[in-house]
Amino acid sequence: MMTSIPLEYYLTLSGVLFTIGAVGVLTRRNAIIIFMCIELMLNAVNLTLVGFSAYLGDVTGQIFVFFVMTVAAAEASIGLAIVLALFRNKETIYVDEVNLMKL
Amino acid sequence: MDYTAIAFFLLAAGAVATAILTITRRNPVSAAMFLVVHFVCLSGLYLTLQAQLLAALQVIVYAGAIMVLVLFVIMLLNMGDEEKLAERVNQRRILPMALGLAFALQLAIVFLSEPSPQFAKMAENAGEIGTVESIGQTMFTTYLFPFEAVSLLLLAAIIGAIILAKRRLVTN
Repeated sequence: MMTSIPLEYYLTLSGVLFTIGAVGVLTRRNAIIIFMCIELMLNAVNLTLVGFSAYLGDVTGQIFVFFVMTVAAAEASIGLAIVLALFRNKETIYVDEVNLMKL
Repeated sequence: MDYTAIAFFLLAAGAVATAILTITRRNPVSAAMFLVVHFVCLSGLYLTLQAQLLAALQVIVYAGAIMVLVLFVIMLLNMGDEEKLAERVNQRRILPMALGLAFALQLAIVFLSEPSPQFAKMAENAGEIGTVESIGQTMFTTYLFPFEAVSLLLLAAIIGAIILAKRRLVTN
């Protein structure tokens, strides 16, 4: 089945989603929400990879998405462990209240 | 306009709307819920691109595993609504908005330029490459080494998460 949508539509959508994720990372204070915004950005890139894979007829893009998902899962476990350790030590997960490494 | 195009526009609108809701909700639980809906929309978009395996993985891994983990931590910490920044609110809002606007402008320029005819329609074999068979064939031949390396990465992540999150035992 052929589709009439050109690839540019998918790329633009992916760019918009990536921008929304980046704005979220820069504006929010809650570490968990920042973390979710990073997931948003990763997914925007995944959409680009799947789009190119389908339009070029090459499976490599989808393999890359598989690996990106794995890395995202690893990042999720480590990131949430860091958030838990942070909350245990500082009683906060707001990133502007954590300034241990600031001079 | 065929059904794929209608599905694309509906899912794209849903994905953008839920993404915006995710980054604007004050309550972390509702932000996470909108992110789950966003992942389901993306899974639908993968289906319009004929990537069946990834559409299923998107729901299982992201909406299932990762978001359950995130929600678990949110409810464990029980932080409540995020209050606004008091004084630096302008500086911290304007810069990201300007960056986002600049990026949107770049995208608009790219999108309004002449599209390449190569990417006007999907490849002939798009339906075959998204199947489990095709992905498995490539992953366990060409990408066997990265596949094994990624299993090491997951092991490192498990050990790292346990070491980071466990309580320090007082030995003396």
